[in-house]
Amino acid sequence: MDPKVVNDWRLRGQRYRLEGELCDHCGEAIFPPRDICPKCHEPAKTPQTLSGRGEVYTFSTIYSAPEGFEAYTPYTVALVKLEEGPIVTAQLTDVPPAEVQIGMPVEMVTRRLRTHGEEGTIVYGYKFRPASFWHASTQA
Amino acid sequence: MREVAIIGIGQTPVDEHWSAGIRHLMFDAGRAALEDANIDRVDAVYVGNMLSGEIVGQSHLGALAVDFLDLDGAEAFKVEAACASGAAALRVGYLAVASGVLDIVLALGVEKMTDTSGRETTLALAAAADAEYEVSQGISFVALNALLMRRYMHEYGWRREDFANFAVTAHANGANNPYAMFQSPITPEAYARATMIATPVGLLDASPVCDGAAAVVLAPAEYARTLNPTPVKIRASAVSMAPLAVHDRNDPLALEAAAISAHKALEQASIVREDLDFFELHDAFTIMAALSLEAAGFADRGKGVRLALDGDIALGGRIPIATMGGLKARGHPVGATGLYQVVESILQLRGLAGVNQIADAKLGMTQNIGGSGATIFTHILETMS
Repeated sequence: MDPKVVNDWRLRGQRYRLEGELCDHCGEAIFPPRDICPKCHEPAKTPQTLSGRGEVYTFSTIYSAPEGFEAYTPYTVALVKLEEGPIVTAQLTDVPPAEVQIGMPVEMVTRRLRTHGEEGTIVYGYKFRPASFWHASTQA
Repeated sequence: MREVAIIGIGQTPVDEHWSAGIRHLMFDAGRAALEDANIDRVDAVYVGNMLSGEIVGQSHLGALAVDFLDLDGAEAFKVEAACASGAAALRVGYLAVASGVLDIVLALGVEKMTDTSGRETTLALAAAADAEYEVSQGISFVALNALLMRRYMHEYGWRREDFANFAVTAHANGANNPYAMFQSPITPEAYARATMIATPVGLLDASPVCDGAAAVVLAPAEYARTLNPTPVKIRASAVSMAPLAVHDRNDPLALEAAAISAHKALEQASIVREDLDFFELHDAFTIMAALSLEAAGFADRGKGVRLALDGDIALGGRIPIATMGGLKARGHPVGATGLYQVVESILQLRGLAGVNQIADAKLGMTQNIGGSGATIFTHILETMS
């Protein structure tokens, strides 16, 4: 069994649905959940699922990858600023690296993040694609 | 609180040390520091290291160090703060001596990074970032810096080529340091042509994977001179923290912890930054050099790159950095780096920096960064006249 399997299972709400938290004191949206509001420092435990809509704050295309991700190179990672406020680190998908721009609207999709060999688990989670992707592909 | 001085320094060459294990590296740097201090007994050994468990399969470095350095009777343990582990070990030693609890401490930084393949080492290094929300997305440590560099270029209008002088200056200085990993100069053209690791970070923006160890011996300043004729005083030891993940910082380009850490250090030393003769900063990537200069107040926001373009960071410039090659050319054996910075600063302050000597150097500042900016140590060192 891959040693990370329990860890991956524990994070399923965040990985599959972007489950974060809402601060009842100041209204701040929090992702990943941390149970303390980073803005007003009050307890914040009300679950809130984020929309998954946002824009690219910055990005990088990786040519030399850590172990476990070599097969996917080149791939593009980004900081995505969600419309609720939090920034998430995630891969971009369904877009050639040369077409990625800062400020580009994106939306969350669920994709394979990595595998752990023939016998191991397949890890799924959020990636982001251009927000116009679905609209454009149905018109085509 | 007692004043604390450094009475001995030691370092191994930074290299791919195929024939030396982590114990040999600790031995060589530790013995050199003890010999320089003219002592053979210490009260404690604090070992700065990040990756020994992951890469070498060896934890418990404190016990190993005391055993192989033949320092029976000393207490010892490992101190870990990612790439800032070396400065963290110095900080622990400083606190021990300043408080009066201990008298003589060996702060020893060591890292062995070349016993594994490049991609395994890359994965191990990534553990300095947020494992669940950064590393799980396939991010590397290089890529985190690339995200910052891209945003910086976007916000302030710099081109990639504008960063070249950080690498060119570091290599020019490393060329005269017999302990540096890279002892050859590079050209701006070579920088521009370098292979991309994670856009816009190329091979010559990044410090190398390597092995090395560096060490200093600490003693109360009041009797430091009885042990060594040229002690150096620790005028300040400060540390500040920021959120672990880049995405959790209010302003990712601000390097807030570096600003607070440097500010606290300058205040402790009761000096202004213009008093400093040099600044050994954490140039693990060219973008980190720019952000560190801005955070410490040597340049306005978005203007750090200007200091490289104008030559202000060169040995004869307004604020020399990486005077013996920095992380880029001397190399960045992560847990040892913070102590290499201190050893090199002491060479400058003793007037032993050779061709790279800064004339009349009396005050130097070192800054060692853990992760992409989450833990930042600043130390200020001064000659004792």
